[in-house]
Amino acid sequence: MSTTVLTVDDSRAMRDMLRHSLVAAGFRVLQAEDGMHGLEVLAQETPDVIVTDINMPRMDGFGFIEAVRKDEARRAVPVLVLTTEVDAAKKQRARAAGATGWIVKPFDPVKLVEAIRRVAA
Amino acid sequence: MQDPMAEIRATFFQECEEQLAALEAGLIAMESGASEAETVNAVFRAVHSMKGGAGIFSLDALVRFAHVFETALDKVRSGDLTATPRVVGIFLRAADVLADLVRAARDGGAVDEQRTAAMAAEFEHLDTPGDAVAPLAEDGVGSWEIVFSPRAELYAKANEAALLLRELGRLGEARVTLDTSRLPDLEAIDPEGAYLSWNISLQSDCDEAEIRNVFEFVEDDCELTISRAGVSGFAPGTVITGDNGFKFEFFAPMMEEEPEPEPAAIPATVQAEAAAEAPRNAVVEAIAAKAESATAVSATIRVDLDRVDRMIDLVGELVINEAMLSQRVMEAGIARASGVAMALEELEHLTREIQDSVMAIRAQPVRSVFQRMPRLVREVAAQTGKQVRLLTEGEGTEVDKTVIERISDPLTHMIRNAIDHGLETPEKRVAAGKPEEGTVKLTALHRSGRIVLEVADDGAGINRARVKQKAIENGVIGTDAQLTDDEIDNLIFLPGFSTAAKISDISGRGVGMDVVRQSVQALGGRISISSRPGLGSTFTLSLPLTLAVLDGMVVSARGHTLIIPLGAIVETLKPRGQDVFPLDRDTNLLALRGGYVPMVDVAASLGYCEELLEPEQGVALLVEGEGGVRAVLLVDAIHGQRQVVIKSLEANYRAVSGIAAATVMGDGRVALILDVDAVVRQARSEGNRVDAAAMEAS
Repeated sequence: MSTTVLTVDDSRAMRDMLRHSLVAAGFRVLQAEDGMHGLEVLAQETPDVIVTDINMPRMDGFGFIEAVRKDEARRAVPVLVLTTEVDAAKKQRARAAGATGWIVKPFDPVKLVEAIRRVAA
Repeated sequence: MQDPMAEIRATFFQECEEQLAALEAGLIAMESGASEAETVNAVFRAVHSMKGGAGIFSLDALVRFAHVFETALDKVRSGDLTATPRVVGIFLRAADVLADLVRAARDGGAVDEQRTAAMAAEFEHLDTPGDAVAPLAEDGVGSWEIVFSPRAELYAKANEAALLLRELGRLGEARVTLDTSRLPDLEAIDPEGAYLSWNISLQSDCDEAEIRNVFEFVEDDCELTISRAGVSGFAPGTVITGDNGFKFEFFAPMMEEEPEPEPAAIPATVQAEAAAEAPRNAVVEAIAAKAESATAVSATIRVDLDRVDRMIDLVGELVINEAMLSQRVMEAGIARASGVAMALEELEHLTREIQDSVMAIRAQPVRSVFQRMPRLVREVAAQTGKQVRLLTEGEGTEVDKTVIERISDPLTHMIRNAIDHGLETPEKRVAAGKPEEGTVKLTALHRSGRIVLEVADDGAGINRARVKQKAIENGVIGTDAQLTDDEIDNLIFLPGFSTAAKISDISGRGVGMDVVRQSVQALGGRISISSRPGLGSTFTLSLPLTLAVLDGMVVSARGHTLIIPLGAIVETLKPRGQDVFPLDRDTNLLALRGGYVPMVDVAASLGYCEELLEPEQGVALLVEGEGGVRAVLLVDAIHGQRQVVIKSLEANYRAVSGIAAATVMGDGRVALILDVDAVVRQARSEGNRVDAAAMEAS
């Protein structure tokens, strides 16, 4: 079965772009509009990798990662942060929340796919 | 299938428009004192999200500007900067620049680069008061010499040296020299090897820790030396700017307690942490509570407008079909109390409800149009050197989407006109004892089944003597014309009237008020102006709420079935002979509760016949037109109310004066919908009477 990736981003253009790149690489893609929605999706399915934005309404990326890490059934899912943030303090916060990696937008689809493959053991 | 990238791009620009609207709304809220974290966050997110999206399409100018804008907003968000009115004012202008950049990126137009650069420069001095000289700590700037030599591992982890250098550039001015001395001959190169190193001179008042932060995630995979440089400054060298880069930082290797850099190992750590924390159900509760608060945000879906329009068309057909069925059943002599008739009544009820629900889908608050106006006001105010304050009221007033789309242009024109021609210069205002700052008030409200938009200014009002003079000069009216004040004011809507001597770029734009009036009339709307010398003018624009259905009164006039819009009807009455007073050969006045109202014979006014109907033999409908002008319409009989589906006459035939549109009745015949205002006006001016008759004959 193909690798399933959950993408969490409040921008529809960004979600479409991610879907386009990831489907082309043979992944199965789930989408969520923000952290809260992401948790709703996770209640239904467990993806192999999660790619999340940080700045989102309702529940941001930090809150989302923390919630994933507190969920016994899903804490083993690698979470990559995909963001325009370059602030070291934010990186530190993401790491503390339990993020697996940090990718700065704009992303290179090929390298994003590589990164996902690396963490989706 | 369309090109998927083109579609994503279209989505991005659509989102940008939404973000720009949210940005402006948030800033305006901040301007009027809202400083809650959520408002500031929403503003920040709007800019941030545009920056992120612009990145995927390599819209560099947009990314750069959004970045400086976002940085400034972040200062407010973190509390380092107070959102004073001056700061919010700068943000508002920055939002305008951002909007220009978005549109230029979308439509390929040019951007005022100087304006963008000036705006970006203004962000630098945000935290200094406007007049004060920016106390840049020139002597506090230090120089750093950094040598950065990545090892192969750094590249293997998908890091980009260029990106790190760019980040370094954010700390200050960086001069970067590439050192290629370790580069071997081509044959000897290992494609995955690392041979390059960089010497960086950084001019910045940052400390060493900040520089180390930049290299935080690659520290173990490179040689890095950081030292204070002498004051000698920069060595000449190549400036490298990385763009469209990519960075992937792997957190796992940084975790010292986990020597295995396998991501699979992380959960173990997390598990240990989680075990030490509060019981699991507490967490679940917290999430549930958050989920509950989230339901307060109303859920929406995006639907292609074509689908909604198709549905509206179908419902329109359904309404007509239902009416036809009712009529057939009536004609067949089926008793009203029978099961069939009752089921039919239920069907009529449901049809009506479906229609209302479908129309509600298309209804939108005028907010989206109003939100664009503050920017317009700022622009025009800047161009004319006037001080303007815009007040808005009734932003939540809902109206059909097709109407929303078309009110923007006339509204823009009315506001331009109000500022350019209506308001005086600050000096003149002060001289007239008014506050320096002029006010333009934009109001939306529902009135008798129509949406009314008002643009009121507190300027000098219309210079009637000059307008009349101009009208005479341009041959719009005769030299001996006797006009009321109101009629003089409304001369500005006549074709051929323009204060040509002084058409400015602002209200001019090559379009006169007559063109505005024509476009408004094409929508079944009306525009008028009222003015009080020295106190200001008010433009009033009224439009139907929807362009699809209408509640109407079915009447007959000399055998012709007509529909009179219900919203225009005040009351119906049976005229008595002693109340009717002839004014001239064609016009009667009706005495009504102590006043006199002109009486219009509808059939005669549409040219169906020459002879007037005896008032006592007909039924009179008191109607109210634009500006509260009342008249009595005389018809043969009233047949009851009915909701009708409007079919454009222009689209199917041609425009006919006195007739607003047509509809299809239950028996399949076409009935015309009366344009009440036009009929009232036409009767006064003895206008074109043969049009409707000629049309039916053809």
